[in-house]
Amino acid sequence: MIAALRTEVRKITTTRAWWINASVMFAYMVVMAGIMAASFAVSRRAADEAGVAPGSDSFVLDPQSTASSVYTLAVALGYIFPAVLGALVVTTEFRHRTITPTLLAEPRRTRVLAAKLLAVLPFALVVALAGVLGTVLGGAVTLAALGEPTFLADPQIQRTIALSVVALVVWSLVGVGFGSVLTNQVAAIVVLLVFTQFVEPLLRILLAQFDATEMISKFLPGAAGEAIAGSSLYVSSGLAELLAPWQGVLVLLAYAVVFTAIGRLTTFRRDIG
Amino acid sequence: MGDRTVLSVSCNNEAVNGAPNLAARPRFDPADGAVDVTGLTKTFGALKAVDDLTFTVTPGRVTGFLGPNGAGKTTTLRLLLGLATPDAGSVTIGGIPYGQRPRPARHVGAALEAASFHPGRSARDHLRVYAPEVGVPESRCDEVLAMVGLADAADRRVGGFSMGMRQRLALATTLLGDPQVMLLDEPANGLDPEGIAWLRQFLRYLAGEGRTVLVSSHVLSEVEQTVDDVVIIAKGRLVHASSLQQLEAMARPAVKIVSPDTDGLTRLVREAGWEPSTRFDAAGVAVVYDRHPREVGAAAFRHGLELYELSPAGTSLESLFFSLTTSPRQPEAVR
Repeated sequence: MIAALRTEVRKITTTRAWWINASVMFAYMVVMAGIMAASFAVSRRAADEAGVAPGSDSFVLDPQSTASSVYTLAVALGYIFPAVLGALVVTTEFRHRTITPTLLAEPRRTRVLAAKLLAVLPFALVVALAGVLGTVLGGAVTLAALGEPTFLADPQIQRTIALSVVALVVWSLVGVGFGSVLTNQVAAIVVLLVFTQFVEPLLRILLAQFDATEMISKFLPGAAGEAIAGSSLYVSSGLAELLAPWQGVLVLLAYAVVFTAIGRLTTFRRDIG
Repeated sequence: MGDRTVLSVSCNNEAVNGAPNLAARPRFDPADGAVDVTGLTKTFGALKAVDDLTFTVTPGRVTGFLGPNGAGKTTTLRLLLGLATPDAGSVTIGGIPYGQRPRPARHVGAALEAASFHPGRSARDHLRVYAPEVGVPESRCDEVLAMVGLADAADRRVGGFSMGMRQRLALATTLLGDPQVMLLDEPANGLDPEGIAWLRQFLRYLAGEGRTVLVSSHVLSEVEQTVDDVVIIAKGRLVHASSLQQLEAMARPAVKIVSPDTDGLTRLVREAGWEPSTRFDAAGVAVVYDRHPREVGAAAFRHGLELYELSPAGTSLESLFFSLTTSPRQPEAVR
């Protein structure tokens, strides 16, 4: 298993995808957090001048909610990056047909998949740290520039920031599982993008409208990821409630395990090549 | 850098570029090197890709695994390597199925397609990736790169490699584990003539060390000068398996002669002592086997026999291969 792990780690270190992923996520989160921080601050000031109390309108947030919504943007929007990182670990092998030499060197396919799940973790941590750092940097600098409190010394906010790193790392495992189910690289990335950026946000708003379905929305993967961080834009704006952080970890891990198991029983059981 | 510049290759004891008879010393136990395919069958939908295929590959020899495109060669190799599961039959290497060896690449080196590289990796990194699983130290990567003549290209990205360089890198990958058995799918594809000559000597050298070497090809002439044995398949079935010598013996020279003088023709054949190996197709038409046109023409001239036609009618190795693989059900009909 150590050998398989070393092989899988080297597959990632010898290509550029992981640090491009981390760099792009960093830049994307700086910009998004900056824009969000500015728009929350501006809209709250407008509401103040108009005499609307924070919280009475769902899109006007008090300063602390503003800060926590901004700092969890990496989990609310940016989780596509670690998910793609994980998916690429599997899909690259099929795209470049390196799955053949991979299975020649290690025919035990469960071991190959397990090694991939473990190998992605340190790189997912780098991507997660880059994303969260970008979010906090872009958010805090913008808030400070607009004369808003940054809440960076607030223990609750610090905990949320730390836990969002955990959430993003778990997302990479979901990515590995998903990539093992859908091995076509382009299709996997497109489906991940469409689901995480459009389908799930819409589903969550829709499902939250009815009491019967509200429970389901908490178990969607994006909601589970936000639950790990313990806060999100959705919650602050009163659109949804979240599971407890530990429940979020379990739900998101369950997605990773179920996807990987499906991948093992389909892609990795079939004939290769 | 093309294939041209990398020809000065040394392999452990600089013998590879030497004389045709390479001084390699057997260093493997033949008992572990035999490849046994028994009753192998694999179906894809309605297509029987491999159909009750049985053959053995002998250690210490280079075996050509031949057949036209689509004959089932690659499928057979995939089944041998556990990448695909057979519908029936068994495949063992040294008596053990590939997937049941704990470190299979230490025993069997296989290259299935020369395109199995991440284009962004350097040649050395490609090998470094697999070194832990194969079970060899990193230093082995540079060793095998030198063996295939890619030492100067070690740090270049594979994406910029020519087909010939990819073939060499694929070969280097198979050599990582210093395997006793080598299974190579179309290793000469994309090599220039010098590359093919190099590969030929290299494979002969590896077999000389006692290794089992199986090379697939869809062209007999490509491997004719390399192989000791041939296994020929068509439409998933075995059509011929023997030593190359035996195959060559099946390709007999022959001369067709046509004369208006039927009796004179019969007399010529009898008096020249060709009777046992001559076939009379019609009155005045004879096919004389194991003779050359020069010989037959000279004899006819001596006998004063008038000829309408004197032409070579034998089977070349290439046309024998062609007829073997296009009429797989009746290999004995080929003459």
